[in-house]
Amino acid sequence: MVYDSRPAPAAPDIHSGATTERLWVRVVLVALAVVFMALVLVMPLVLVFSEAFRKGAEFFFKSLSQRDTVTAIQLTLTVAAIAVPLNLVFGVAASWAIAKFEFKGKAFLITLIDLPFSVSPVVSGLVYVLLFGAQGYFGPWLKANDIEIIFAVPGIVLATIFVTFPFVARELIPLMQVQGNGDEEAALSLGANGWQTFWHVTLPNIKWGLLYGVLLCNARAMGEFGAVSVVSGHIRGKTTTMPLHIEILYNEYNFAGAFAVASLLAMLALVTLIIKTVLELRFGDELAATRRH
Amino acid sequence: MGSLTSSTHPASKAKNQPARAGWYFVKPSVVPGFGLTFGYTLLYLSIIVLIPIAALFFKAFSLSPERLIEIATDRRTVAALWVSFGSSFIAALVNVVFGVIVAWVLVRYRFPGRRLLDAIVDLPFALPTAVAGIALSTLYAPKGWVGALFAPQGAIGRLFADGSWWADHFGPWTIKIAYTPAGITIALIFIGLPFVVRTVQPILEEFEQELEEAAATLGATRLQTIRHVIMPRLTPAVLTGFALAFARAVGEYGSVIFIAGNIPYVSEIAPLLIVIRLEEFDQPAASTIAVIMLVIAFAMLLVINLIQAWSRRRFGDGV
Repeated sequence: MVYDSRPAPAAPDIHSGATTERLWVRVVLVALAVVFMALVLVMPLVLVFSEAFRKGAEFFFKSLSQRDTVTAIQLTLTVAAIAVPLNLVFGVAASWAIAKFEFKGKAFLITLIDLPFSVSPVVSGLVYVLLFGAQGYFGPWLKANDIEIIFAVPGIVLATIFVTFPFVARELIPLMQVQGNGDEEAALSLGANGWQTFWHVTLPNIKWGLLYGVLLCNARAMGEFGAVSVVSGHIRGKTTTMPLHIEILYNEYNFAGAFAVASLLAMLALVTLIIKTVLELRFGDELAATRRH
Repeated sequence: MGSLTSSTHPASKAKNQPARAGWYFVKPSVVPGFGLTFGYTLLYLSIIVLIPIAALFFKAFSLSPERLIEIATDRRTVAALWVSFGSSFIAALVNVVFGVIVAWVLVRYRFPGRRLLDAIVDLPFALPTAVAGIALSTLYAPKGWVGALFAPQGAIGRLFADGSWWADHFGPWTIKIAYTPAGITIALIFIGLPFVVRTVQPILEEFEQELEEAAATLGATRLQTIRHVIMPRLTPAVLTGFALAFARAVGEYGSVIFIAGNIPYVSEIAPLLIVIRLEEFDQPAASTIAVIMLVIAFAMLLVINLIQAWSRRRFGDGV
C-alpha cells in the first residue's frame, strides 16, 4: 500500500496534530539544531578547557602566575573598571533624555548611539590612531606635552569605551520608553526633586535592565581584541590585555599557555551567560523586550 | 514610541516657550533634567564617536581623488574586500538556514536540554573573539578534533583521498578548512548565529497559532501552511537577521585571523589589511579601506531600517 490511510490521531494538545510536524521531522530538526550548535558553539568552548589542562593542572597554574600574564589580567580589569562605569553613566543619561522627552531628531540620535556596533573593531581602533597617533592630528601636540595615548593605556581605554559604547543605552532606552513617565510624574507632583525622583523611583524601576546592560558591556570590554590590538602596540607586560596576551602566547606556539589565559575569559563568558539567563528568567518583564544587540 | 510620553502641562510651557509658534525642539514636560542629560549625551557621543569617525573621513578625503581611486582599486584591497564580503555572505546564508531551524526548534518543540541550548545561542556574544579564534583554529586544523575528520586519513577526508571511489572518478580532493576561506566562513558562522536566532525567535514566539489552525481547517497541508502562512510572516525577521549577521561578519577580526592563514589575495580579510597598512605607517591607505567598509556598513544599516519600516507597515510591529 502506497498511502497511509489510517486516520490521524486526535490532537490532545496544541503541540500535535494540525499545527506541528510529524514526529520524524521534529526529531530530525532537533538533531540538526543540536549537531550544528555542538559543532560551531559547544566544541570550541569544550576545547578551550581541554587544551588549557592538556599539560596538567600544574602547568595551567604556572602559566597563569607568570608575570606577563598577571599584568595582562590586571590591565584588563583596570580597563574594564574605567570603561564600564563611564558607559554606564552615559547610558543612563542618554536613555533619560531619549525615553523621557520628545524632541526633534531623536531617531537620528539613537542611530548615532548605535553606530559603534556597525563599525569594525579594527576601524574603532584606527580612528584613535588617526587622532592621537604620532602621525595623527593631535600627535605633535601630545608629544610636545609628553602625553601618551596610543601604544599606552589611555588608548586602550578609549578603544574599549568605543566598542562598548551602546550596550547600556541600548538596553535602557526601550525599557524606559515602555515604562513611561507616570511614576516620575507622581513623585514630582508629591514634591520630590529631580535627583530624588531618579534615585528612588526611576533607578529601582530600571535596575535589572541596567545590570543586564552592564553585564554585556563588561563581557565585551574584557574580551575586546581588534580595537585594542590596533592601539596597544603590543608592548609585552605593559600594554597587553588578556586577549592580546593570548595572541602573543599562541603565536609563540605556547598553546597550553594561550588556552590557560583563554580559559579564564571563557569562564567569564560562561558566568556572563548564566547571570544573563537568570536575569531573563527571573526578571524578564523588567528587561527590555528586545534581546538583540 | 511617541504615544507614551506624558501630556504637557501648561505651567511648564512658559519656561520652554518656543521661538516660533507651533515649533519646539523638545516637547515641554514636568520631568526635569533634559538639558543636563541631553547635553552630556551629545558631548560624550561627540568625543568618543563622532569626532574620531569624522577624523577618519577627513583623512581619507584629504587625499587626491586619483590616490583615493588608486588605493580603492589596488588588487590587494579588492581581493581583501572580496574575501571579507564573500565569506560573510556565505556565512550569513548558512546562519539563516540553521538560525531559523534553531529558533524554530527552540520555540516549537519541547525536548530535554532545550533551555541549555537556548542559553548557549548567546555564547558568541559573550565569548571574546580571540578565544573563539584560537579555539576554532585548533578545532578545524588538520590535527584538530574536527579538522582530522577531513584530513586524507580522516573519516570524511578518506572518501575523497587517493584510491577512493571519488578520486577514481573525479580526482583526489582534499578538504582543508583551517587556513583557507572555508575557515574564515566557519569563524563568521560562529559570530553571526545569535543574530539570526535572536531576531527570528521573538516573531515565532508571538506567532498566532490560530492562523495555522485556520489554514489546516481550510485543507492546507502542513507544508503549505509553512510555505504560505508562516514563512511570509518570518521573512522580515529573517532578512534583518541576515543583514545583522552579515554586517557583523564583514568587520570581524579577532575570531578570523587565527583560522584564516592570512595569505594575501586568498584568505586575507579587509580588517586585517587595514591593520597591515597601519603597521606600514600608510595611514591614508588604512583610512581609505576603513571608509569603504564604513560606507558599506551604513548602507547595510539603512537596508535593515528599511526592512523594519516595511515590516511595521505590513505587520504592525518592528522586527
